[in-house]
Amino acid sequence: MLTAEEISEIEKEAANYPRRDAVSIDALRIVQRRRGWVSDESLADIAKHLGMSAADLDGVATFYNLIYRRPVGRHVISVCDSVSCWIMGGARVCEHLQETLGIGLGETTPDDRFTLLPTVCLGCCDRAPAMMVDRDLHSDLTAQKIDAEIEKYQ
Amino acid sequence: MTATTEKPLTGGIPSDGSMLDLRAYEQAGGYQAIRKVLNVGMTPKAVIEAVKDANLRGRGGAGFPTGLKWSFVPVGKDAPNPTYLCVNADEMEPGTFKDRLLLERNPHQLIEGAIVAAFAIEADIAYIFLRGEYILAAERLGRAIADAYGRNYLGKNILGSGYSLELHLHLSGGRYICGDETGLLNALEGKRGNPRSKPPFPVVSGLFGKPTVVNNVETLSCVPHIINNGAAWFRALGRGKDGGTKLYGASGKVKRPGLWELPMGTPVREILEEQAGGMRDGLRFRGLLPGGSSTPFIVAEHLDTPMDFTEMPKAGSRLGTGTMIVLDDQTCPVGMTWNMMRFFARESCGFCTPCWSGLGWVARILKAIEEGRGKPGDLEKLADQAKMWAPGNTFCALAPGAADPLNTALKYFRDDFERHIREHRCPWR
Repeated sequence: MLTAEEISEIEKEAANYPRRDAVSIDALRIVQRRRGWVSDESLADIAKHLGMSAADLDGVATFYNLIYRRPVGRHVISVCDSVSCWIMGGARVCEHLQETLGIGLGETTPDDRFTLLPTVCLGCCDRAPAMMVDRDLHSDLTAQKIDAEIEKYQ
Repeated sequence: MTATTEKPLTGGIPSDGSMLDLRAYEQAGGYQAIRKVLNVGMTPKAVIEAVKDANLRGRGGAGFPTGLKWSFVPVGKDAPNPTYLCVNADEMEPGTFKDRLLLERNPHQLIEGAIVAAFAIEADIAYIFLRGEYILAAERLGRAIADAYGRNYLGKNILGSGYSLELHLHLSGGRYICGDETGLLNALEGKRGNPRSKPPFPVVSGLFGKPTVVNNVETLSCVPHIINNGAAWFRALGRGKDGGTKLYGASGKVKRPGLWELPMGTPVREILEEQAGGMRDGLRFRGLLPGGSSTPFIVAEHLDTPMDFTEMPKAGSRLGTGTMIVLDDQTCPVGMTWNMMRFFARESCGFCTPCWSGLGWVARILKAIEEGRGKPGDLEKLADQAKMWAPGNTFCALAPGAADPLNTALKYFRDDFERHIREHRCPWR
């Protein structure tokens, strides 16, 4: 069941478009923001609300990197693996994160604290290497800086 | 605006990281362009002519003349209705970080440019398609749009002119290919962001099947200045044939990576050596991608080429987004090419066969070469695949964009590729 709050927010977006299914991505984001991820049940509820089939909506959901169709940890680390970061040592940053967290890319720590995902260029190439943790951008990364930053996310 | 004439896009931006807010933007001459257009009474056609005359070319990377694009939109009482304007703020080209500055620090300039553009193409609905990771940009744009509505720069009957425009901000679900204009349109319709076959072009059948113009953030940010100061002034800002200024950037192991607004047509060497400070001590320059990872490599012999849409093709490359990615002599060109091909393979939408099939294969071959498992004949296979990505074989420019760095890496760094295969190792590891 979608909450009244979720429905109200979806309807607010829907008013900006000539077709209801145009807000499918917004609706997925709205629900995910409150629930952390989009479960099969949430997906079916959103699809029904927008008059779409669940299969169509799943096709949309699985296309986009920022829509999570599996549970994620309390914090999501998106580490840039594109070319400018790679030149500046991005591969070592990726390795350090995996070693520190004890998980691979696409995985979640056993205590559900962190999910680690690779991401496309974050658009801060002059301060590479870079990553995002939740909504925060972290740049000019070194192993020490990463260790200090991730401590802030419990 | 005398102090800012040389850097019209960024000159007024506060140095403390904050944005030029509504009041500061107005004080710097902001929202005068829409008054000139809407109140003094320019016709849409006159606006298009001014932008054409200014020789403004699309800053998203393709360099298509903006005024010409606008002029293709059907107008008049028999034209399809509504017409849409979409602002492409889906900056995801690897190595590109220019629109972020304009979005975070000068959002009203973009909004004003969008209003002028929408008026010119007689659109009454506009969307800003912003990548989901640009959190600060989303917050600041959201506030700026609300402020613009508050002053009736947006909404019904703008400044009593009779012209109305609704502007909505859409946050992307996150996928590189949505930066392609037809992928963007599908994403905005709530679908998978697969690019569409063209024709029809978006100006004829775009968003929801209606005429649609898609313009880049930097492109639209130039528009108010063209209206305020005239086409001749804008043209004269450039050093060559292409008008205006350009946000140029440099990343990689240069002394001062960064972003600078300079005259369009500033030579590569000036940007690399004077702005970016040259290579870090102990490193030598080997080559660079002038404007994101979809542009062909250039090398030392090309450094005096002016960085604009007209001149860069003479060096076998393109201006692209104008944010250069610099390769030094202690970074492996094979590893760099593998990184980029892996990126393109992952971001292929999976629709056109040469793209989804070939990119994955190429990435695997490059990985093998980089890890010392390359075989004789691999380089020929890479070149053959790149041929399959020629424009016209796929719906969009993703695969042709991948072919550009691959082909030029094979051309300029061939010895390095051959050495990897011959010695069964990466010499840089």
